[in-house]
Amino acid sequence: MNILALIMGLLAAGVVAAFSERIHQHAPRWVSLIAFVVALIYTSSAWLGAGSGTEEYARQVLPWIPRFGIQVYLVLDGLSLMLVALTAFVGIVAVVSSWSEISERHGFFQFNILWVMAGVVGVFSAFDLFLFFFFWEVMLIPMYFLIAIWGHENRAYAATKFFLFTQISGLLMLFAILSLVYFNYQATGVITFDYFELRNASLDPDVAWWLMLGFFVAFITKLPSVPVHTWLPDAHTQAPTAGSVILAGILLKTGGYGVIRFAVGLFPEASQDFATVGMLLGALSIVYGGYMAYSQSDFKRLVAYSSVAHMGFILLGVYAFNEIAMQGAVVTMIAHGFSTAALFMMAGALQQRLHSREMSKMGGLWVRAPRMGAMTLFFVVASVGMPGLGNFVGEFLALLGAFQAHVPLTIAATIGIVVAAVYGLSLMQRAFQGVPNPDVGEIEDFGAREMTVMILMMIGLVWLGVYPQLVLDLSAPVITSLGVAGL
Amino acid sequence: MSHAWVNSVMPHIVLTVGLMVLMLLVAFRRSHALAMTSTFLILVIAGALIPQSLAAGSEEVFGLIRVDGYGQFFSGLFLLAAIVTVLISFRYLDHRASSCEEFYMLILTATLGAMVMAVASHFATLILGLEILSISLYAMICYPQEGRLPLEAATKYLVLSGVASTTMLFGMALIYAASGSLSFSALGQPVDNQGENYYWLGQGMLIVGLAFKLSLVPFHMWTPDVYQGAPAPVTGFIATVSKGAVFAVLLRYAVISDVLSNASIALGISIIAVGSMVVGNLLALLEKNIKRILAFSSIAHAGYLLIALLVVAALDDPEIARETTMVYLAGYFLMTLAAFGVISALSISASDQDTEQLADYQGLFWSHPVLAAVLTAAVLSLAGIPLTMGFIAKFYLFAAGVQGALWVLLWALVIGSAIGIYYYLRIVFTMTQSESTDGSVRATAIPVETIVTVGVLGVAVILFGVYPTPLIELVRGLIGAFGA
Repeated sequence: MNILALIMGLLAAGVVAAFSERIHQHAPRWVSLIAFVVALIYTSSAWLGAGSGTEEYARQVLPWIPRFGIQVYLVLDGLSLMLVALTAFVGIVAVVSSWSEISERHGFFQFNILWVMAGVVGVFSAFDLFLFFFFWEVMLIPMYFLIAIWGHENRAYAATKFFLFTQISGLLMLFAILSLVYFNYQATGVITFDYFELRNASLDPDVAWWLMLGFFVAFITKLPSVPVHTWLPDAHTQAPTAGSVILAGILLKTGGYGVIRFAVGLFPEASQDFATVGMLLGALSIVYGGYMAYSQSDFKRLVAYSSVAHMGFILLGVYAFNEIAMQGAVVTMIAHGFSTAALFMMAGALQQRLHSREMSKMGGLWVRAPRMGAMTLFFVVASVGMPGLGNFVGEFLALLGAFQAHVPLTIAATIGIVVAAVYGLSLMQRAFQGVPNPDVGEIEDFGAREMTVMILMMIGLVWLGVYPQLVLDLSAPVITSLGVAGL
Repeated sequence: MSHAWVNSVMPHIVLTVGLMVLMLLVAFRRSHALAMTSTFLILVIAGALIPQSLAAGSEEVFGLIRVDGYGQFFSGLFLLAAIVTVLISFRYLDHRASSCEEFYMLILTATLGAMVMAVASHFATLILGLEILSISLYAMICYPQEGRLPLEAATKYLVLSGVASTTMLFGMALIYAASGSLSFSALGQPVDNQGENYYWLGQGMLIVGLAFKLSLVPFHMWTPDVYQGAPAPVTGFIATVSKGAVFAVLLRYAVISDVLSNASIALGISIIAVGSMVVGNLLALLEKNIKRILAFSSIAHAGYLLIALLVVAALDDPEIARETTMVYLAGYFLMTLAAFGVISALSISASDQDTEQLADYQGLFWSHPVLAAVLTAAVLSLAGIPLTMGFIAKFYLFAAGVQGALWVLLWALVIGSAIGIYYYLRIVFTMTQSESTDGSVRATAIPVETIVTVGVLGVAVILFGVYPTPLIELVRGLIGAFGA
């Protein structure tokens, strides 16, 4: 599989989409949809084409800036492959969810969606730290535009806050990357940004701890975890539906991926020393996110805070430092990608129909739009961790592993699951049950287009919940290579 | 002919001769287009002769100038900036002055002064180049006949720049008194104890003078007013050529004279650097005028660049310092010229003031997509976002700073950049919003040559941001082959 071609293809599709608006107003969304479908097929075929036991599905190395030993170094291992496939899928969801929402500047809109996704694919496959940072920022700017141009009433604040948080934490990471490269250069006399070389860098433990912290802060900002999560509710609330879907579905996962691949991968000992703090932040996010979600009256904001809680499981799982918990973190990433993307799509659909995100203006919607109600119920139930669906597997594994590492924090996190049930059901109750709001007239139920995507996501969650082995097999070699103990 | 030196200074000679030709041309036939075209040609010819001027290697001429890869790289940059300025000034001036031909002579003299500074290795050439440059700038700033602001800006610049020059001259005199030399390389150690005090006092005054020209905190007060008052193309020229020339000569001087070996001077420069990064960025937050924002941003950028200078003291290996400076300034030239190019383009038919209020840029993305894209690239580049040249430049600073273990300065760089993102982003955000109702900007028709010029600059900012290897190799080739 040619990863560079995939990334370039998405970038090129973005340019094509931007110009295709001149042919027809709705040409861009078709370009975008086709691009993501092709990307999904291409990625899946690489997976299915490889025999079982494959640890690496693609590798590409090209010189880029030889002066600093920087290469275009792209690798797809099991973890990356999974996330790249998820990226393409979330791309499809994003395009479909905004199919009729956007009323102006269609070309530039799809351009931004495609470029964000190209950046995300790059983040998941880059194994040169400079290249990784490069893609880390490439996905930032189009996302900023998505919020700033097509966002809702308070978009200036939300877009700027999103950009500042990510960019400033990114600067810390850049600082850490360069210092790491420099210390490695001092020891070996070679300037390189190669991930595999830098993993073997011999560092003073103190230095390693500080460098790890630089990466960690950048990643938990993106994840996001308490206390650097405050950008997320604002960004989600203000973003257009496609923006929220992308943000929740895939962009947050880059933070989780970064923690696993870089913070833990590059600095295993320092991360181990840091494990309690990591787990603590995870547990805090779970409880605090759940608590905040319950107190929201805005549909999107509620789902946004629930994301903070779910992302807490990733931190908890990763820093438990055993294989089961880390597997749980990975499954949570995938499952959350489906369930939250669906809920944000729902929030967008409701906003488009009711021109409001306030749950006080909803109520009794099930009668008016039974398909939407049923879908919401399914994904809310998935999101609160109903056994048999993907989220349950992820959270259960994470808690199981975490229990071995730190019992009190695990108990605290488990309380978070109860809270999740409370806010999840309260969301369902306030929006779809109860007395129908007399101010709301007839609303259009989901059509075939929306239902197709929803059903695809349902299948994904059921499959993950019933037979997660495929995902576990894909991520197992990666987790083993991190040197994490089995259970 | 064994006069190899003639070849080395050929670009300077071409510029001088061209200047006289232009003067005669204007005397015989007044035509704006003709003056502009011939200036363009002179600049291009001078630029084309630069590779040849280096053919014989590094050349010391009369002990006054030293033609080497480093200096000629900057000469090339200055010529490029001058060409851009010529192209974007053409229509701009048409609307503002009845006779525009002399403006081009001023551009030529200013460029010549800057090029002299780039190769100066002696106090005499330094001050000569600096004055040729500055005096031309005074006239360029107040060239438009209408409006109070250009005149105010020119006066302010004249007075403050004069103070700076005299401070420098006094410093040079003290250095001469203490060491008995005016040549950079022959600056010996001071003769006796008393001489030593004078010597370092002189060095300090010299650096203060140069800091004035670089608009470093606390000598930055003139910058926003001059940037705002000067016509946009001239502001772009000041921001790039004037600052670039001063920094080029400052770095050369610091490397050769080893002035940074004095701990107090190094400390003083560090404080100035941190102050510039923080103060420049903070003050920019308060502005709603894009030219003033860029003025404060240029203060911050001058502060960033001092990291490259301080690496000289920390490392005893000036190579990374020179390389960083060259790459950084090349990037800075491209993005700054692109930004001011866009401002000039939009100001072509503006009346009293340039189109410089942030509110004027609302909806630019939809009315002038090309200009908006270029300005976005330039602004994000100034902020140091990857995909742009500005990131590569900042990356170089980081790399150099980490090598020199200048941790405090690097933290200041991180903090400064973090603050900076906010106001750079505000410019971008304004452009993405729906068009304002009055539509003053929308109505502006942009001439082709301006679109092409800024378009090329914008593409270069992105291209070198994505694939900087050619530039890096050019820079390293020039350093490697010719030495300091």
